[in-house]
Amino acid sequence: MSTTATVERPREAARPSAAAVSTFFRRTRGDSPFKRLLIHGTLILACLIAAYPILRVMSVALRPNDRLLSTSLEIVPPDASLDAFGEVLTNTDFLLWIWNSLIITITTATIGVIIAATSAYAFSRWRFPGRSFGLVFLLATQMIPAAMMLVPLFILATQIGIVNSYRGLVLGYSVTAVPFSIWILKGYYDTVPIDLEEAAKIDGASQMQAFVRILLPLSTPALAIVFLFNFMAAWNDYLLARVMVGSVADLNTWTLGFKHFIDQFRTDWGNFAAASIMVMIPVMALFLYSAKWLISGLTLGSVKG
Amino acid sequence: MDKLKPEVLGNSLQQVLSTVLVLVLALVTFEVALYAGWRLAEWLDKRLRRPSNVVAYVIQVGTLAVFFFVTLAVALSVLDSLDFKALLESMEGDLVRGVYLWATLSAIAIVPLVAFLGLVVSLMRLQRQPSLRLAFMLLAPAGIGLAALIGYPMYYELRLAFSNMSLRNFREFQIGLEYGVTNLQRLLTDPVLQQQTFTPVFARTVIWTAVNVFFHVWGGLALALLLNRPMRGKGFYRTLLVLPWAVPQIIAVLAWRGEFHFQYGFVNLILTGLGLEPINWLTDAVWNFVAMCLVNIWLGIPFMMVIFLGGLQSISGEYYEAAEIDGASPYQQFRRITLPLLRPVLTPAIVLGTIWTFNNFNVPFLINQNELETSDILVTALYRAAFEYNRYGFAAMFAFVIFLILLVFSLVYIWRSGTLRGVYE
Repeated sequence: MSTTATVERPREAARPSAAAVSTFFRRTRGDSPFKRLLIHGTLILACLIAAYPILRVMSVALRPNDRLLSTSLEIVPPDASLDAFGEVLTNTDFLLWIWNSLIITITTATIGVIIAATSAYAFSRWRFPGRSFGLVFLLATQMIPAAMMLVPLFILATQIGIVNSYRGLVLGYSVTAVPFSIWILKGYYDTVPIDLEEAAKIDGASQMQAFVRILLPLSTPALAIVFLFNFMAAWNDYLLARVMVGSVADLNTWTLGFKHFIDQFRTDWGNFAAASIMVMIPVMALFLYSAKWLISGLTLGSVKG
Repeated sequence: MDKLKPEVLGNSLQQVLSTVLVLVLALVTFEVALYAGWRLAEWLDKRLRRPSNVVAYVIQVGTLAVFFFVTLAVALSVLDSLDFKALLESMEGDLVRGVYLWATLSAIAIVPLVAFLGLVVSLMRLQRQPSLRLAFMLLAPAGIGLAALIGYPMYYELRLAFSNMSLRNFREFQIGLEYGVTNLQRLLTDPVLQQQTFTPVFARTVIWTAVNVFFHVWGGLALALLLNRPMRGKGFYRTLLVLPWAVPQIIAVLAWRGEFHFQYGFVNLILTGLGLEPINWLTDAVWNFVAMCLVNIWLGIPFMMVIFLGGLQSISGEYYEAAEIDGASPYQQFRRITLPLLRPVLTPAIVLGTIWTFNNFNVPFLINQNELETSDILVTALYRAAFEYNRYGFAAMFAFVIFLILLVFSLVYIWRSGTLRGVYE
């Protein structure tokens, strides 16, 4: 490793000047082959660890029903079949669960983003009394254990009679991710110069017009992240759904439905794996599609200059 | 499959949409009411020349309360007209339930609302800043939502913590200071569930949090440093490495639980392949805890990696060039440039990571298939105390203790590190 002491890590400059760009490329060529091998080797190993358990699920889904439990480590079994997928689609309520989850998740995520976007604007652009208290309060809500809210929410929902319907779920999901979203959005808004809105206001736009026409389009990365977070919070929820609609078969979401595959004592691995693959693929696609926004949206707010 | 009929699908869609409609309607009317109340007060200000503050205050709060109550009534009737079953039910004379519903709903809505509005209005009068109006109108939806779904339940939970509510006295439970003291005493001396007392469970939670956050942060930082360079296949690596975060958590955890199977899980298959003894992951107390940690580390590294990658990319390359000219070693550069400049990202990430790990429910609950008490952390013990042992009052006190521990930890950490100060300066 003695060679690496003189060969430095190249860095991406935030605003690369011509000189920076040229040194940048010289250094890349300068990385010793051994170091590059080491880096790629580590990353490939990490990727294997990250992806292998997911590939295993796929492998179980492809196995024929009579040998779901196998001691082989290969991913695509020699006698692969798609029977499990057909079985899940035709013999279970899989499509209903997905439909239920989708409509409830998309609507609540949209509401959550709207609520958070407007509140974060107030936190970012006004200095009102109680502002720092509000921000600390939002952080404090993150410390409430999910199981803690379950008892009072369950009792209250029973008392006002909204158990066994989507009312409680819609209300709950719309607000769950709002505190965290406000933090992210507020941080992002802070990085957008206020001059842009001031200029728009001089040209005759109202405050709200400046917000909707100028700031929101500029904040697309952060909005995308916040939508993703709201979506994931509702999509992956199990506890609240179980308490609110767990006993109504027609209203089951996919997390509730999946419990039918996996009980404590009997596990239907083939169906579980096939259904998981079908749930995973759209969510992963959404995730990977927004990956380019993920990084800038999450961190820009906290590293302001 | 037999359920995939238009009525069933339409039923869920109708439930969601009607609730959303009511929600939007209520919020819009509320905003209008808020604005109208202010304009009214302004008009009165001009008319009466010098009204006493109390009069204007009462008028404002009163108008808003009336407006909101009307909104609520309209909203509920819309909700009912959209739902024939509920309408039929209410027409069959179930008056008691209706009154109960009304009382509770208005309690939920009115108490925090009046408090909130009183605060707003008095602050506005103090400030005399009409420009703040828009800010409060923007804040109102989140404020109401959080008050109704976090504020009120928290208050309710606090009452439960000072009660003797359990399955035996679910309806007629008593509230009193002595019950709270009993709950607290039991929490600190008796077993939380059946065998373990509070202290070992708390110690295990601390170990769980420390181990996980340590590996999340250093694992994420290491991968981010490796990725933060121009090289071939960067996007490909990043995509694969983000996968554990992208998979729905329940699926990932349940799949992992299957893989910890003694005979067929790939973990033991690899161990035996390496010539080691297979491990009883699901029944052995220590190994079950290790399994929990392994799964959660696997799940949590991608998030930290993404955060740190963003932080690293915003550090200007000029710092490193200057350091190189001065002859700094890579380690010195990391220690003196990367870490300090990454701190604004690092501290919130560590605080949030600690909170989320401390409160993680899915992993410890689901990996622990045999319900070993030796694998319970505080939040899973809390869930079991409430929903398996039905000790609601006790569980409420338990929950508050957990919440306070986290709150104190975070506040101290934030205060000591001082980094969040910049966020709300």
